[in-house]
Amino acid sequence: MMQIDCPWCGPRNQDEFRCGGQAHIHRPEQPEDVSDQAWAEYQFSRINPCGLHLERWQHLFGCAQWFHMARDTFTHEIRAIYQIDEDSPGGLE
Amino acid sequence: MKHSLFSMARNALTGHRNWPATWSQAELKPRYDIVIVGGGGHGLATAYYLAKNHGLKNIAVLEKGWIGGGNTGRNTSIVRSNYMFEESIQFYDFSLQLFQDLSRELNYNLMFGQNGVLNLAYSRHEMRVMNRRVNALRHQGIEAEILDIDGVRRLLPILNDSPDAIRPVFGGFLQANGGTCRHDAVAWGYARAASALGVDIIQNCTVEEFELQQDRITGLQTSHGPVEAGKVLLAVAGHSSVLAQRAGLQLPLTCLGLQAMVSEPVKPLLNVVLDGAAYVSQSDRGELVVGGGTDLFNSYAQRGMASTVELNFAALIDLFPCFSRMKWMRQWSGIVDYTPDHSPLMGLTPVAGLYLSGGWGSYGFKAIPASGVTMAYTIAHETAHPLIEPFSLSRFESGALIDESASSGMDLGQPIL
Repeated sequence: MMQIDCPWCGPRNQDEFRCGGQAHIHRPEQPEDVSDQAWAEYQFSRINPCGLHLERWQHLFGCAQWFHMARDTFTHEIRAIYQIDEDSPGGLE
Repeated sequence: MKHSLFSMARNALTGHRNWPATWSQAELKPRYDIVIVGGGGHGLATAYYLAKNHGLKNIAVLEKGWIGGGNTGRNTSIVRSNYMFEESIQFYDFSLQLFQDLSRELNYNLMFGQNGVLNLAYSRHEMRVMNRRVNALRHQGIEAEILDIDGVRRLLPILNDSPDAIRPVFGGFLQANGGTCRHDAVAWGYARAASALGVDIIQNCTVEEFELQQDRITGLQTSHGPVEAGKVLLAVAGHSSVLAQRAGLQLPLTCLGLQAMVSEPVKPLLNVVLDGAAYVSQSDRGELVVGGGTDLFNSYAQRGMASTVELNFAALIDLFPCFSRMKWMRQWSGIVDYTPDHSPLMGLTPVAGLYLSGGWGSYGFKAIPASGVTMAYTIAHETAHPLIEPFSLSRFESGALIDESASSGMDLGQPIL
């Protein structure tokens, strides 16, 4: 069980939250111009690491806001929480 | 030693002290024609069929832990073929047919029982979807039947069918030749049969790096030293992404923890495999085997969240109030690698000589024999077996997805992929 520190509501139980998967995926600027391979990579390909993972979460049963989280997928340790429009803080590796 | 009534009697007379090891201890050789990474059901079955169907000899299976200690020993051991699309139905039904004769073929008792797999529907709308599934199955020549609530009651006398149930059962559908198979025995049986055909099975051997030369795989670095390899198969379930990345591939996979649990043994009260709210069956030892709770975030930790267990049990106890005072003995989680369309990733990869059998999500166990036959063919002929062509990695580029998210037994609720 994880306790997640929502940037708006403070620490809450993990089952109030919903995971939105890998963060910082950039949609190609001109979808009609990219190759099928590049589009498939954008749509489906995921890093899926065992270890540090940058991901999106939503405080679904709270403020309903989305935010970013850097979390270890093996230990479930939360390394950092940052705003949805921010880039990942460095020095986590 | 062949298992038979005669060998049983002879070993009984000597107090069962002289049974040989199920498979032989092998030392890692410096070179193999084929190296299979992952000593679960899929890897071992592929090794067995490579040796048996294609006459190949110089094969090694490398297992990080011990045989049967990964997802092969963590699933809920259900075998069925009641999928939605032609590609899946044909593939999984081929697997079910292989299971029917597998104990004899491997000369190993797999305790396969075809007691039927029953899916429950809770509304008229779900019934309509089930009708569609049954029609799809019959169209492919697979027998399945729709049941009304009386039909469900006949199969499940302990069902809470009162209108006061949180989710009253409306009906369901039955695949009568589905069932369960002892999962450890599948791994052990294939390991024994493969070992007898000369396959080297090496346990406690971790693969660290792959050797690549111009997009062709030439060998591996392992914890037991370097190995040269002509061809390499990745059959590592929840670690597919991690290992593929070391060969320079990023896959359309997300790993989640899928939970299961087992009760104390009780007298027989559940004859079918039930799929609905949770999936549950009763083992030959009398334990209830329950699965279906997925923790909906990326995880490689083989332990589950309490809140998921609670949801699973709440649904189960609503169906079967008589389970409410049952003691639960073990609870665990297996790391399952999901594709976006809930169908496996099988076949060749962009790296020459590297083959993949992954993306097995929650549906890997039932596919083991068919996966073994078709992956062995694919590796031997260097071209995908016709049954698994649709499951290639390239489907995500072509868009020919086979979306089995409804039939794979897992309703992930909120898509995170």
